[in-house]
Amino acid sequence: CAGRAGPERGSRGGAAMDLFGDLRRMNKRQLYYQVLNFAMIVSSALMIWKGLIVVTGSESPIVVVLSGSMEPAFHRGDLLFLTNFHDDPIRAGEIVVFKVEGRDIPIVHRVIKVHEKGNGNIKFLTKGDNNEVDDRGLYKEGQNWLEKKDVVGRARGFLPYVGMVTIIMNDYPKFKYALLAVMGAYVLLKRES
Amino acid sequence: RKNVEDFTGPRERSDLGFVTFDITADILNGKNGLQTFWNKNTIFDWNVKQLFLYLSAEYSTKNNALNQVVLWDKIMLRGDNPRLSLKDMKSKYFFFDDGNGLKGNRNITLTLSWNVVPNAGILPLVTGSGHVSVPFPDTYETTKSY
Repeated sequence: CAGRAGPERGSRGGAAMDLFGDLRRMNKRQLYYQVLNFAMIVSSALMIWKGLIVVTGSESPIVVVLSGSMEPAFHRGDLLFLTNFHDDPIRAGEIVVFKVEGRDIPIVHRVIKVHEKGNGNIKFLTKGDNNEVDDRGLYKEGQNWLEKKDVVGRARGFLPYVGMVTIIMNDYPKFKYALLAVMGAYVLLKRES
Repeated sequence: RKNVEDFTGPRERSDLGFVTFDITADILNGKNGLQTFWNKNTIFDWNVKQLFLYLSAEYSTKNNALNQVVLWDKIMLRGDNPRLSLKDMKSKYFFFDDGNGLKGNRNITLTLSWNVVPNAGILPLVTGSGHVSVPFPDTYETTKSY
C-alpha cells in the first residue's frame, strides 16, 4: 500500500493535471468537509448582513450611488452607509435614501422642505444637489411629498469608488458568473494542510 | 409676501414668502480662535472634499408644528474662499408654506448650516452659530414685484 501513490504523481505533467488529480484523489469525506466550510462562510456573511440591518434599522444599510444627481459630493459607484432609527427626525439638509412607491430603485437626495405636525406626522420634499428642480417629477403621479415610510435610511458615512464592483457586476453579468466560479473553485479546492 | 397658487406642487393657494438677505460667514475658523501646531483650526482639513451650505427658514404655523424650508444653498469646495460676504441675496427656491402660515408670522428663524462631505468617512451636519429672526407682515403684497 505504501508505494502506490509515488510513481503515479510523477507520471503526470503540468499544473492542470495536478488539479484534476487532486480532485479525484479527494475522497467523499474531504469533499463534504469543503462544502461545509463553504456553507459556513456564506452563512456567516449573511448573518453579518442581517446584523447590520438590525443595528442600523435600515432594510438596506449599505447602498451604491447609481446616478450623478448628487455630484460633486457623491459620484456613481460610491458607497453609502445608512441608518434609519425610528426616533431620528427628518430635517432640512439631511441626505436621505428613499424609494418611490412602486419602484425598486432607491434614490439618494437631500431634504429641502419639511412640514411636521404636532402628532409627529412628517411630509418632506427632496432634491438632488446637481439637479435644477426638486424631485416632484420623480415621485408617483399626483404625489407631492414623501413620508417617513418611503425612507430607506439617512446617509451617515461614505466611501468613494468601492461600490463600482457591484455596478460592473450588474452591467456585465458574465463578469459576475466568472467571479463566482473562481471563488467557488478556490473554496472547494483549498486544502487545509 | 403673497398668497398665490403654489405652482410648484399642490394646487391649493398657499403663502409665498419673499426674503432678501445678507450672509457674512467665516467658515474657515472652527469652534475656537486658538491655533496650535497640530490642529490647523480649519474645517477644510485633508479629509474634507467640500461643504454643502444652506440657509434654512424654520417656523411654526397653525397647520404644522415645525416647518423647515431651504431658501438658498451653495457648494464650497476645498480651495474656495472660505469667507462669505453676500449681500442682497434673493432666495434661490420658492418659499412656499404648506398653507397660509406666513401671514402675520412673527418668528421665522433663518439659520446657516452645512454638510461636511469628506473624501471618505462620516457625513456630519453642522449648524452655524448665529441666526436671524424675521417677522412677516400681517397683510399680503399685491403690487410690488419681486
